[in-house]
Amino acid sequence: MAAIYSLYIINKSGGLIFYKDYGSAGRMDTNDSLRLASLWHSMHAISQQLSPVSGCMGIELLQADTFDLHCFQSLTGTKFFVVCEPGTPHMEGLLKHIYELYTDYVLKNPFYEMEMPIRCELFDVNLAQAVQKDRVALLGR
Amino acid sequence: MIGAGKMKQYTNVLDRPLSKGKQEVSLSGFAFLFSELVQYNQTQVDNIAELERRLEDAGYAVGTRILELLCHREKGNRRETRLLGILSFVHSTVWKILFGKVADSLEKGTEHEDEYMISEKELLVNRFISIPKDMGAFNCGAFVAGIVRGVLDNAGFPAVVSAHFVPVEGLQRPRTTILIKFAEEVLQREARLG
Repeated sequence: MAAIYSLYIINKSGGLIFYKDYGSAGRMDTNDSLRLASLWHSMHAISQQLSPVSGCMGIELLQADTFDLHCFQSLTGTKFFVVCEPGTPHMEGLLKHIYELYTDYVLKNPFYEMEMPIRCELFDVNLAQAVQKDRVALLGR
Repeated sequence: MIGAGKMKQYTNVLDRPLSKGKQEVSLSGFAFLFSELVQYNQTQVDNIAELERRLEDAGYAVGTRILELLCHREKGNRRETRLLGILSFVHSTVWKILFGKVADSLEKGTEHEDEYMISEKELLVNRFISIPKDMGAFNCGAFVAGIVRGVLDNAGFPAVVSAHFVPVEGLQRPRTTILIKFAEEVLQREARLG
């Protein structure tokens, strides 16, 4: 049983650069995940315009009956969002941690081109460790 | 008295004493700078062997300077004449100054007399770097190999130095080995010295 269903990272222009599925029933193929990423990017942008107060940074949490979607946007416009079970705690902390891993193992990699899909072995390894640790912490509570 | 208790003013900047310098540098800062170095060299070359050679040359310049600096600072201007002496100097002092720790191990090659290996579980320069599959056996540790070559060359021990990934069972990431192959004249001199 996975608390996290899937993780997406989208670049500042809305293109999907990373998608990892953690065993959800709704596993998607490449085209669908790309479409969903750009859909979320547009919704995020629209929500900033819709806000009745100025200085809105976009959607941070979307709650549905079968899942929660937490989104974290960095200062550069890169968005990290995770689809998880309803009521999963500490997702913001996890997203910030993933952002740190991104800055370390993706941005400091000379073979990574900006805004391109992420193909960094170290990032995958450390991400798996972070998600696993999070899962263990949740189960152990 | 005029001037009593006042610090001596050096008119010439070359007369000022060498400071110990800051002992630490931001790891992120270095990682980004090194990443840029690799990217810049990638744009200038056509193939991987060229890239490796360029990184080595960049390291060679560092090695030359570090030898001068360490001989003055750490060893009181004495120089090594024996093979084992210079190898342990590289393995301990140079590594300590550059990476904050001594190298994991120093070994003598079993197949050839002139080969020595310095091993490290993970080189600091490679800490955040994932080599894409299509680059094969390329190792950014070529920079460190260049540093070692610079130190050895200028200390009077010409050698060919290269960096290799050595897979280790039980560990996910392969270990890195700096392979040092000394020139013929070094071994002959060592034999003469007894």
